[in-house]
Amino acid sequence: MAMALKLLKQLRGPSTTTSTILCRNIRPRFSNLRSTIRLFSDAPLSEPLTTPPHQNPHSPSPSSLNQYELAKFAAIAETWWDSEGPFKPLHQLNPTRLAFIRSTLCRHFGRDPLSPRPFEGLKFVDVGCGGGIVSEPLARLGATVTGVDAVEKNIKIARLHADLDPLTSTIEYRCTTAEKLVEEQKNFDAVFALEVIEHVADPAEFCKSLAALTVPGGATVISTINRSMRAYATAIVAAEYLLHWLPKGTHQWSSFLTPEELALILERASISVQEMAGFVYNPLTGRWSLSDDVNVNFIAYATKIKASNL
Amino acid sequence: MNSLIIRRKLAEHISRLKFPLRTLCTDAAPKVSSSHSVQSSNDHVGQQSFRNEVHSYDIAIVGGGMVGMAFACSLARMPLTKHLKVAIIDSNPALLKGLCIKKEDPPDPRVSTVTPATISLFKDVGAWKYVVQNRHAYFDQMQVWDYTGLGYTKYNARDVHKDTLGCVVENKVLHSSLLSCIQDTDFQKTIYPSRLSSMTLQPRNLSMGVDSTSSGLNERGNLAKLDLSDGNSLYAKLVVGADGSKSRVRELAGFKTTGWNYSQNAIICTVEHSVENRCAWQRFLPSGPIALLPIGDNFSNIVWTMKPKEATDRKSLAEDDFVKDVNYALDYGFGPHPKSSTLGSGGIFSWFKTDVNLSPDECFKVPPKLHVVLIGDAAHTVHPLAGQGVNLGFGDAFALSRIISEGIAVGTDIAEVLLLKKYEAERKSANVTMMAILDGFQKAYSIDFGPLNILRAAAFNGVGIFHPLKGVLFHMPQGIKDSQFSLEIDVNMVRYFPFINLVKE
Repeated sequence: MAMALKLLKQLRGPSTTTSTILCRNIRPRFSNLRSTIRLFSDAPLSEPLTTPPHQNPHSPSPSSLNQYELAKFAAIAETWWDSEGPFKPLHQLNPTRLAFIRSTLCRHFGRDPLSPRPFEGLKFVDVGCGGGIVSEPLARLGATVTGVDAVEKNIKIARLHADLDPLTSTIEYRCTTAEKLVEEQKNFDAVFALEVIEHVADPAEFCKSLAALTVPGGATVISTINRSMRAYATAIVAAEYLLHWLPKGTHQWSSFLTPEELALILERASISVQEMAGFVYNPLTGRWSLSDDVNVNFIAYATKIKASNL
Repeated sequence: MNSLIIRRKLAEHISRLKFPLRTLCTDAAPKVSSSHSVQSSNDHVGQQSFRNEVHSYDIAIVGGGMVGMAFACSLARMPLTKHLKVAIIDSNPALLKGLCIKKEDPPDPRVSTVTPATISLFKDVGAWKYVVQNRHAYFDQMQVWDYTGLGYTKYNARDVHKDTLGCVVENKVLHSSLLSCIQDTDFQKTIYPSRLSSMTLQPRNLSMGVDSTSSGLNERGNLAKLDLSDGNSLYAKLVVGADGSKSRVRELAGFKTTGWNYSQNAIICTVEHSVENRCAWQRFLPSGPIALLPIGDNFSNIVWTMKPKEATDRKSLAEDDFVKDVNYALDYGFGPHPKSSTLGSGGIFSWFKTDVNLSPDECFKVPPKLHVVLIGDAAHTVHPLAGQGVNLGFGDAFALSRIISEGIAVGTDIAEVLLLKKYEAERKSANVTMMAILDGFQKAYSIDFGPLNILRAAAFNGVGIFHPLKGVLFHMPQGIKDSQFSLEIDVNMVRYFPFINLVKE
């Protein structure tokens, strides 16, 4: 049961990035999760989600939204950012992911690990940013952050939330994909794709896009679920079929990547994995910690090979 | 025994013991005009500017007492938190002027027994070096016994492989040391010499941004607004209430607290004795415990808990009679001295095989005779039992600042709920246990009933058989840091060090 919780972080699923997204309605997952997350929370349930009408992908920018629209997104944003809500597992995992990012990237960029804003002056992109759960901390750590997500709803939510704090209001959120950023010839000192790659149809192509967005000598950070028997048992059998935490079919076990496979496709995209760590959940404390055990959830820090080395 | 000489007028002070552990009240201090104050360059006095500008801070600390200043000091000393903009709201003039402590002054009766754990926290932030410049007294022995003469227990620092069991320091010394320590840094703190009158907590509800979309979202959407009694206002992301047992922050934030109301008063005073004292003494009497703590220079501090009626009666006693009462309570009154033979083999409790590592020569000792009762001072609600209160407060202060620092390291918003929950969880479980155990002790010793006395004595003699008690007795004096038995409470958090998070109603 504890292991199955790891699955919940997969909720970043809807925030996919490539044009080949597994398009899935976000709602049924939420309503399903709601009942199960309660087991770990004394917090009162927030108002049930209202059914948002399907978004026109070409809807106008937030500034010209009417009050009704804003209020509606605000309600959903509450869920993204409700640390006791459906995204609780992601919120719990977040400090652990960021601890890994902080330590590896401080080393990579030669920054002072004791600085409160070690990433000052660096350009980061958070691919599949969702509600901005990773983008905001990165901005607080000093980085100039661009958050992109293919789901327009998520971008609006992220924008609203980031504007609450002057430290995060500088984040640039865009409803776009990694491919489109590549077409625009954007590049960044570090590229992040956390809990995203298992939802894209062609991981190899996706990694190529990430590589193209990374400046030579820059860093790429990817986290995902392993295609191991344990991940199958916890992520699919337990979470989807036994505990019904996730709707059946949330994850295709076959679409998971093993650390070796991930390293290989990154290598082909001229990115070499420098460090890998697993996330382990302690059901008693409700905390995640970094470990060598990459059997279920793992994160990889890689560097783009400099042009001279190619 | 020597005759008793009164050198100074006895003025014992009585305070209502409403809360079991501790309080650090600074709200009785008179207000001063900040124009008299001498400040270091990085101190700011919070004043409303002419433009009616309301300042925003990362953290507002309400209450600049020992615990509040320990928290500020810890923030000032950590690389990841020293940049935070901090406001301290306290009307105590000492925060602006600094405390002037003269070594030749008689000791202040408001003292704290700090554990080695607290000492090491103070050393970590660099405040301990200021403490040792003033009067302080390490003690390496502790004797706890009860009035029936059946049970006692004695600890020696070397039994637990420590140099000391703790150190008794006047509160004003602790406070000024923390102040001096902050002055050493370039920490940007603003002191508001005022009191909190009201507080508006705005739930971090995104929909509130809807009204202000035209001007961008309300930039203060997630800040708490604090209104002060002098008309100033300020905003803060995180409000830390370190304002004592009658916390205004707690009241305004509507925190529910649980606790016990002990219908007891405590008499607190300083006494002088002829011989040096390196032992902390505590005797359980029917009405409550009496403790004698060394504070250096042949002075000791007495914290004597009793029923309100007794306290009132004693207050009107002549000095001679009061001293006699103290000696009676500490020494020969109520019952005989416990016999050494009741400990270990041969005694009637020998079947309680104890694995307690007591020194073989730890026979019962008679506490030092008191010669002079000096001075007493005002209200103070430290629960005398075990004297853990302020250590818990310091523990809270340092834990919270460490957790905030850890949060900043990973880019977390300092007012983020999960971060504050981590603090809550860390301080929670054992704290309640600690309170309950102390409460149990207290209750057990207010009943004078034969069989119970024997059981109680058995508990003392056979500390090994009651694990919670053993845990407390051993770890209390030595204050083992964050390990087997931590001394932190949730109730403590709520009661003495409430935090406010601004995310959800």
